[in-house]
Amino acid sequence: MSEKIKNSAWEKLKIIREKNRPTVKDYLPLLFDDFFELHGDRLYGDDAAIIGGVGLFDGVPVTVISQVKGRNLAENKAGNFAMPHPEGYRKALRLARQAEKFHRPVICFIDTPGAFCGIEAEKRGQGEAIARNLFEFITLKTPVISVVLGEGGSGGALALGICDRLGVLENSIYSVISPRGAASILWKDAGKEKDAAEVLKITATDMLNFGIAEKIIPEPPGGAHTDTKRTANAITDFLSESINLLKQADIDNLLEKRYLKFRNLGVYAE
Amino acid sequence: MALENLFGLVKDRWNGITGNNPPAEKPKNEPAPAEIPAAPGFKCPRCLTVTPTDVFAAGMKVCPNCNYHSRISADERIEMFTDKGSFTEFDVTMKSLNPIDFPGYEEKQRELAERLKMNDGMVTGLCTLRGEKIVLGVMDSRFMMASMGSVAGEKITRAFEYATREGLPVIMFTASGGARMQEGIISLMQMAKTSAAAKRHSDAGLLFISIMTDPTTGGVEASFASLGDIIIAEPKVLIGFAGRRVIEGTIKQRLPDDFQSAEFQLAHGFIDMICERRFLRRTVAHLIKLHK
Repeated sequence: MSEKIKNSAWEKLKIIREKNRPTVKDYLPLLFDDFFELHGDRLYGDDAAIIGGVGLFDGVPVTVISQVKGRNLAENKAGNFAMPHPEGYRKALRLARQAEKFHRPVICFIDTPGAFCGIEAEKRGQGEAIARNLFEFITLKTPVISVVLGEGGSGGALALGICDRLGVLENSIYSVISPRGAASILWKDAGKEKDAAEVLKITATDMLNFGIAEKIIPEPPGGAHTDTKRTANAITDFLSESINLLKQADIDNLLEKRYLKFRNLGVYAE
Repeated sequence: MALENLFGLVKDRWNGITGNNPPAEKPKNEPAPAEIPAAPGFKCPRCLTVTPTDVFAAGMKVCPNCNYHSRISADERIEMFTDKGSFTEFDVTMKSLNPIDFPGYEEKQRELAERLKMNDGMVTGLCTLRGEKIVLGVMDSRFMMASMGSVAGEKITRAFEYATREGLPVIMFTASGGARMQEGIISLMQMAKTSAAAKRHSDAGLLFISIMTDPTTGGVEASFASLGDIIIAEPKVLIGFAGRRVIEGTIKQRLPDDFQSAEFQLAHGFIDMICERRFLRRTVAHLIKLHK
């Protein structure tokens, strides 16, 4: 594969849209022992688009929160194709607070086209739910590590992305708007999503260059779906390294760094 | 998906209902003439009533027929809301660069800056309201729908940080199409950055009043705008996360007219009150006194 093709956002999009791209459900048993799923936001319901729970990572209890892409139509229907409702984000926040109480690191996996757009989501405050997570995670008094597994779609992804360290799988994307959406706004032609994908700078390398991600997690040649186990090992390496780095940090120091990480993102002239 | 220009849609819908021809295709992000009208009058995008310019201006640019609170410029807002002559603007010269080399972005900025005499759709500063010192932010939807890019993000963040240092309340008038697509992922991160600054201000025990005006949508609604200790909205304005057309496309049916209105948000528990423009000074000043 030539370097140019390898780096093209469009190629990466094709890889992450592979039908058998591993989802969090494939990774969970490979990354954690004794995972117990915990349900519900205690306010309205339980959103299958976000899975959460506690498990052991290398013998240490951690809280895991993740968007869930379905592996078949039934799973996708249940989880709205990994597009969470407000109750999903509120469940995430509840579990994050629980992690804070019990001094467990939080590990978030991002894999969503975006927050669900629908009547019920609006009625229950989709915007408020996302905003609240941004507001609360920034001062959560425990280490937070996020990993983009495939698709990091807009505010719906960012709501699980307020973290001390962000890892991005090699072929994953992270974007303010879907390339398709951008194409239809820019050129009134959703078919030009290939061009939009390049323009938007959404690849793992872009995230590293902008200072948004700390690390690119390598995928096997051809993509994560060619060797799930190997990909899981690479994720494990990133998580181990991150936990070791963060567990030594004094909490005030950690929060100051987390604040500055986001505070310093922006490109302007004065 | 959540970041489309919602406002055009409301107008289109009305035209659909009334059988009017859709307006001619306008270049993206140009202000619709209905909002900041030329003579002979203001045509309300909600009820289509035309109000003579002088009557409209004398009524603080509110539709006298349906009470829709129209979009106004940042200058007009500052004039209406703050104590006369008290406003000192922060970061006057700050302007956008082009973080993802987005085609045409610099030209667009230059053209708007020249025409509107402002560098971005976000204006922040220090002023007094009935004698009380406040930090104020106002979004001006004429400038690229006041979408939030690096400049808006940095100005809002500095405004909160200044208020935190000085122990002052923050009042933000929001109006935005959401995150600024032209700045790619950097614009998404402004949601995190502004919310983080709002959190520090909040943790210092200080008051933040968010005043949602037409339209407060997408990434702005999903960040600092929704984080006020008290959230006020002007009557009949559009407030929501996802674009109406996106939702209608998903459910394959028309949404009710009041969907995502200020009144809808009040009914669903996401704002504290709806306040008419003419009472805003008095209401906010009173609320500030209650938090001293």
